[in-house]
Amino acid sequence: MTAHQRMASRGGDPLPRGAMRAQETTGVALTGDDERGRAQRFREAALPHLGDVYTLARYLLRNPADAEDAAQECYLRAYRHFDTFRGGPMKPWLLAILRNVCRAEYARRGALAAVQADGSDDAADEASENLWGEASPSPETVSLSRFDAETVQRLIAQLPDAFREVLVLREINDLSYRDIAEVTGSPVGTVMSRLARARALLRDAWLAEEKGS
Amino acid sequence: MTCEEVRVLVHALADGELDAGHAREVEAHVAQCPACAAELAAAREVKHALRAQPLGFDVPATLRAKIDGVVPAPVPNRRALLKGFALGGITSALVAASLTFVVLRDGRDDRILGDAISAHLRSLQADHLTDVLSSNQHTVKPWFNGRIDLAPPVIDLTAQGFTLIGGRLDYIDGKPAAAIVYRRRIHVINLFVAQDLGPAPSTPALSMMQGFNILRWNENGLNLLAVSDLNREELEEFGAKFTAAARAAPPG
Repeated sequence: MTAHQRMASRGGDPLPRGAMRAQETTGVALTGDDERGRAQRFREAALPHLGDVYTLARYLLRNPADAEDAAQECYLRAYRHFDTFRGGPMKPWLLAILRNVCRAEYARRGALAAVQADGSDDAADEASENLWGEASPSPETVSLSRFDAETVQRLIAQLPDAFREVLVLREINDLSYRDIAEVTGSPVGTVMSRLARARALLRDAWLAEEKGS
Repeated sequence: MTCEEVRVLVHALADGELDAGHAREVEAHVAQCPACAAELAAAREVKHALRAQPLGFDVPATLRAKIDGVVPAPVPNRRALLKGFALGGITSALVAASLTFVVLRDGRDDRILGDAISAHLRSLQADHLTDVLSSNQHTVKPWFNGRIDLAPPVIDLTAQGFTLIGGRLDYIDGKPAAAIVYRRRIHVINLFVAQDLGPAPSTPALSMMQGFNILRWNENGLNLLAVSDLNREELEEFGAKFTAAARAAPPG
């Protein structure tokens, strides 16, 4: 059984919340021409975002083969449910589907510490509360040295799941806070505090890397 | 506002996500609170450091092939057309240009914007982003000599955060256009330069179509159109930096 089959067989929660509108229309048999037109519309709407989808999958799963399988599964589900997509920006919709695919993969790996399937992220919230609760020393003003892309990618990959996710959605996928909240199913306030924490953690890792290198 | 709140909100400020009222409040607090000011500086520094190199991952060809398997590939005609287009055959290019009339919309402007988006999408899908692949403006600009009847302004904006990656011939509204290709992180910007595309403002004007952001303006008698899935703020930043650089440099 390949990773892709595993992901495909773990059906539960196939779509982000709020995406299950007009589900009944998917049952309608399409003629060949309609199907081709639909495929073409889907390709034009969804393929430009493949780079974003694959990139997020790489950061979430930290493994090229699993990321490729997850992106494929994401497009399969998105195409299957394309009729339920009612306009609006396509990118957050695709990324939300991808995130669900990746969560199923986390669950399979049993590495699901921070992001629980029920949506509560106690560990992450606790961590950010601790940070803001204590009088954290204010950062010194030093400029960060430049690293090559691989080094930065590695530093980001080492962030805990809940923080890595919001950082990548913001800084690399270029999503607004509102879209990140929708993709992750968290309130905007949670997105903000995690992003703050993610940047603080990344900055610490960055400075440690400078010392080490 | 407490320092605890502000230390989270400075990130939203750095991200341009605060409304004017909250932004002023946070700025006022930061002006008097060195600790929160340091947090804001740190947030900006991290953002800046992340922008210094592309952090996306290239999509493997095997993944594209798998998705072609998942989603029925385009009708054969279109596929043949794309293939021919990638080879740069003049015949297929003419076919492609004439095909744009099939998707005629109301008004010429809509058609021009639609063409620009189609050309942008083709450049991403057909594995045909550039005919000349170079980050050197002195390589890209001469490449257009003899290929198109205009001298497109090719400006290296790498230092400003927009990496020049090459150029390509394309068609907008049935007319040949020079496509100059930039990259910002994982986002591609196609800057189309053509003639006779009608009136446009002299400073870049933003519009949106099919989820893409488009800047349109005229400069030195040339029509310019920048298309990207980049967010509007950064695409506007691109327009501003491009026009500033174009006006600073002597033509030619």
